[in-house]
Amino acid sequence: MREIWDSIISYFENNTDAYLTMLSQHVSISLRVLSMSIFIGCFFGILCVRFSRHQKWIIGTFQVLRIVPSLAVLVLSIRFLGIGMGPAITALTFLAVPPILMNTVAGLEKVPVFMLETAKGMGMTPLQVWLRVRLPLAFPLILAGIKTAMVEIVASATIASLIGAGGLGQIIFQGISVRRTELLLIGGISVALLSLISVFLLDLLDRFFQRYKRI
Amino acid sequence: MENPAVAIEYQNVVKRFKGAACNAVNGVSLSINEGEFITILGSSGCGKTTLLKMTNRLLDPDEGNIILFGENVRDVNEVLVRRRIGYAIQQVGLFPHMTIAANIATIPKLLKWDKERINARVRELTELVGLDPGEFLTRYPAQLSGGQQQRIGLARALAADPKIMLLDEPFGAIDAINRLNLQDELKRIHNSFTGGVKKTFLFVTHDISEALKLGTRVIVMNEGKVCQFDTPENIVKNPADGFVKSLIHTLRRDGPAHEVRK
Repeated sequence: MREIWDSIISYFENNTDAYLTMLSQHVSISLRVLSMSIFIGCFFGILCVRFSRHQKWIIGTFQVLRIVPSLAVLVLSIRFLGIGMGPAITALTFLAVPPILMNTVAGLEKVPVFMLETAKGMGMTPLQVWLRVRLPLAFPLILAGIKTAMVEIVASATIASLIGAGGLGQIIFQGISVRRTELLLIGGISVALLSLISVFLLDLLDRFFQRYKRI
Repeated sequence: MENPAVAIEYQNVVKRFKGAACNAVNGVSLSINEGEFITILGSSGCGKTTLLKMTNRLLDPDEGNIILFGENVRDVNEVLVRRRIGYAIQQVGLFPHMTIAANIATIPKLLKWDKERINARVRELTELVGLDPGEFLTRYPAQLSGGQQQRIGLARALAADPKIMLLDEPFGAIDAINRLNLQDELKRIHNSFTGGVKKTFLFVTHDISEALKLGTRVIVMNEGKVCQFDTPENIVKNPADGFVKSLIHTLRRDGPAHEVRK
């Protein structure tokens, strides 16, 4: 036990810069994937609700893409996109879109019909009904989907290092190949902490936007 | 006294919904004068809400015309028509993510009034519906009781000073005691526009005593048709057909304590 602790300390003493680089790579991959998937998820979610005839196949497509294991998506994307940050972001985005998409659809459909009709009856244009009533009321559920996606992204970004995207996964895979437990611990715990911090931040955001419910 | 202007005219209005056996509104022709408080009475499914929703173009009639102050609603942009008409419903529909002040200011904001005018109007209306602006304006709808929410709903509908108000069972979900208070308040609000001509109120209800108490004239509807359109007094004294008779009968059975607007 003592030995592991010592080697963890010495790792940080000797590799501070490398660790910080990998950490920032991990954060940067995660944030890029998150913004991409929020954009795609919300866009298709709105399309699903606005044109409900197409809802089934849009959701179906993304669900099927999610069934493919993330590792397979990553490896497959090498074939088409090569290695590095770009393919990793693309592959992870496929995994992160479904929870955001599903929650966007659920959130938008949960807004009561009478609420939309009152907004319309008061003289809002269709666009105003969406921007001032429907989207704001769906937002808490959309944010819940973003939270789910965030946890998945931070965890999956670990294996992105396999295709040369960098990130904390490098420490873990190095630990596996040279059989050094302390590297596994450093990598694993860092990813877990990152995940917790991101959930905490999104929770704060959630509380801010839902303050009207808690009074 | 000169004749009041005709505010709303329905000309042989028909509305049918897809897959329905009979027309929801079946050839309704009515003429409503400016300043009247009209109550529309009928059981559920009789077409009263449909008639109301056609007035502000939430629905469009399949046949016939609806004329508001001489203008066919078909010829006016639907959004502009709605901004000129106040609209309140049973579920109130206050926007939960907006403060009370923002809720009341919805239409004035859409009309791009300046801030000071909006603020003054919001305070004025809050007082008009019997609530204290200092206490309520910064709250959210979830902090208000059902009766208070409906008062705000009325204030919101009145915000842009519409000439016509459409009220779809606004007190339907409110307990009996609060409902009586709100009825009195609504009557007071209708009578309070003494500056110019009164607003024209169209009030849908299935509660017969409410209809007789509030209406200057009452429309009784059944199966998409108008059975009788007369003053409350005449409806009680001379019911036009069997349906109206049976309605009046339920009132007698429930007790003698009913108030008829004269």
